[in-house]
Amino acid sequence: MTGTPVDLIWLAPALALLGFVLNGTLALTRPNTKTLVSVIGAGVLLAAFAVAVVVFSNFRSLHPEDPVIYRYWSWIPVGTLQVDFAFQVDQLSLVMLLIVTGVGSLIHLFSIGYMKEDPGYARYFAYLNLFVFFMLVLVLGASFPVMFVGWEGVGLCSYLLIGFWFTDAANATAGRKAFIMNRIGDFGFMVAMFMIFWSMGSLDFATVFEHAPTALAPGGAAITAITLFLFLGCTGKSAQIPLYTWLPDAMAGPTPVSALIHAATMVTAGVYLVARCNLLFAMAPVSSAVVAGVGALTALFAATIALKQWDIKRVLAYSTVSQLGYMFLAVGTGAMTAGIFHLATHAFFKALLFLGSGSVIFAMHRAYHHTHVHEDAQDMRNMGGLARYMPWTAALMWIATLAIAGLPPLAGFFSKDEILTAAHARGHVQAIWLVFWGFGLVTALLTAFYMTRLMLYSFHGPNRTGEAERAHLHEAPWIMTGPLAVLGLLGGLLNVPELYRGSAWLHHWLEPVTAPGAALIPDVHLSRSSEWLLVGIAVLTAVVGVVGAWRLLKPAELVPAKQAPEERGFARILRHKWYVDEIYDALFVRPLMWLSREILWKRVDQQAIDGAAVNGAARGARALGWANRWLQTGQVGTYVAVFVVGVLLLLWRALG
Amino acid sequence: MLLSPALAISAVLFTLGVAGVLFRRNAIVIFMCVELMLNAVNLTFVALAQVIGVGGQVFVLFVMAVAAAEAAVGLSIILAVYRHKQSVSLQNMNLLKDG
Repeated sequence: MTGTPVDLIWLAPALALLGFVLNGTLALTRPNTKTLVSVIGAGVLLAAFAVAVVVFSNFRSLHPEDPVIYRYWSWIPVGTLQVDFAFQVDQLSLVMLLIVTGVGSLIHLFSIGYMKEDPGYARYFAYLNLFVFFMLVLVLGASFPVMFVGWEGVGLCSYLLIGFWFTDAANATAGRKAFIMNRIGDFGFMVAMFMIFWSMGSLDFATVFEHAPTALAPGGAAITAITLFLFLGCTGKSAQIPLYTWLPDAMAGPTPVSALIHAATMVTAGVYLVARCNLLFAMAPVSSAVVAGVGALTALFAATIALKQWDIKRVLAYSTVSQLGYMFLAVGTGAMTAGIFHLATHAFFKALLFLGSGSVIFAMHRAYHHTHVHEDAQDMRNMGGLARYMPWTAALMWIATLAIAGLPPLAGFFSKDEILTAAHARGHVQAIWLVFWGFGLVTALLTAFYMTRLMLYSFHGPNRTGEAERAHLHEAPWIMTGPLAVLGLLGGLLNVPELYRGSAWLHHWLEPVTAPGAALIPDVHLSRSSEWLLVGIAVLTAVVGVVGAWRLLKPAELVPAKQAPEERGFARILRHKWYVDEIYDALFVRPLMWLSREILWKRVDQQAIDGAAVNGAARGARALGWANRWLQTGQVGTYVAVFVVGVLLLLWRALG
Repeated sequence: MLLSPALAISAVLFTLGVAGVLFRRNAIVIFMCVELMLNAVNLTFVALAQVIGVGGQVFVLFVMAVAAAEAAVGLSIILAVYRHKQSVSLQNMNLLKDG
């Protein structure tokens, strides 16, 4: 307790939970309510954001070195395992709190317009509120188990919202896929928790980070295993190789969900976890290298796939995977600030991109709805020239595109550049990081390219939607463009006012959290000139990407999706996402299904358990009864004879 | 002392009783054979009482009392069965047997 408004921190998750309860009740009792649901759904989020701002500004004036911990009740008191339900307010959790409630509020507002016609309106807002609640528990939790509750909770909401339109089997399957992939990662998280408790006897962040340097040998097997298992959890939640395949499929959910859960907040939980445990990762250089390597590889890999996707949301999905890879490259390198900074800027510009694409899909869908045509409203080959019909969306998305491409002076430029610089600097100590830097640079080129491609194909060139539909293409209502504009302002301009000093501010702000880990990592200072050289290279790469896409791609030659020919050669491999889904299917899914069906079901369950054990026991009892019934003749004489024989036998035994 | 002949007679009587219970069908005969066995035992008690003490003779009185009670119950059961079945053959007394 600090006696300041910081103590009000519990209000933020409580408000979201209240929203869930109210909207959930409405969804069950009066599914057709719209206005009340919107007021509650967006209202609690705006209130939570207000709480976050108040807490943030008060905390800023306190600026304590140690996190402020609020213990609400004793949650798991079992022997030496003592877990309190506690929240931890520190610089890192406050940054996350602001992002979650801030971006969340805007997306809730956008959803009011986007989901207006949906019959599951109340249910949608109930889920969305619940998600925010769990996300806040995740970032505020003061121990691994409390964080894990949020971690699982957001996974549940993600599942519910991916499969929101569950009447379509494909959406339900996508939800299941996300859930199962996350389960693999959660297994890693749990094993890591067990190992942490086993080696340090506590699960509270504060205690663990205090004891870790003495309890565990730096670079030893234990700390390496713990961090690698934690990272396995991150690969599931944050969609990194090898568990990334669920995220592109998660686009089956409503677009605002993609923006909130699958771009801005939930998928960054892994980055948050690594940043939170920066001390543990700094103690395990091997794990750090794995984190950075997997991040760099994922960034590059996903970017190549994004080059050839036609579904506008899929491009953004792979872009998200790729950008998350960037963040892991940063936190693996030890540049926690850069990672969190990119997380923040990415949350804004990717939310903007997703909401923009939502606005596009909304318009396309309405146009097709008017003419009763069943075309794919998300396929870029059916778009083209949309800038003429929805200028606001186009302009705002261009801001986000240039931001994600890394063009100065937009936000993404600073964060991305910082990551690349950090990787390059670490490369002076360990050469492998130069490879990661190379990956990052190529990714930057590809990012600029595919984002320009997306903009070019959907907003420029001739329109391919169809003659009749063209008249029905309109800009989205203000409730949708409004949040877009705010995001554009923030996403584009975040950090600009202070230019380079902006990220320095964040660096200084996060210092109490990141300092323990940073102390263990070799500190390399690049000279001013080489830093400028790196910046120059990064900007040049982005410009080449954008201009290259602009010059090379010919939107005029595109044909609508229905008439489009199949790609050939390498393009076809990229179009099919390197066939990773097919490979996973052949390597894991089908053998597992076969094992389950042929062995576990037909052999083990049906034959061994049902057949041998259950029915066998019954048959045995019956056979025994059948054999024994011959002893019971019902004739007293027989019994007496047996009795006499028995007595004689006893006598013989007793006397002989 | 008549101990050995008395025990021998008792053994013979007991065996006769067992054989009767085993091989006869008539319920009344079987009942009588049971009485025979009881009395064989009584004879043993009395004979051994001379060696061991008076307790055996006391026991005989108990056995006779129980035998009398048993006779009353047993005969009335047999009578009841006869009224019901018009027969006292054990072969017909199989109501509890399945099928």
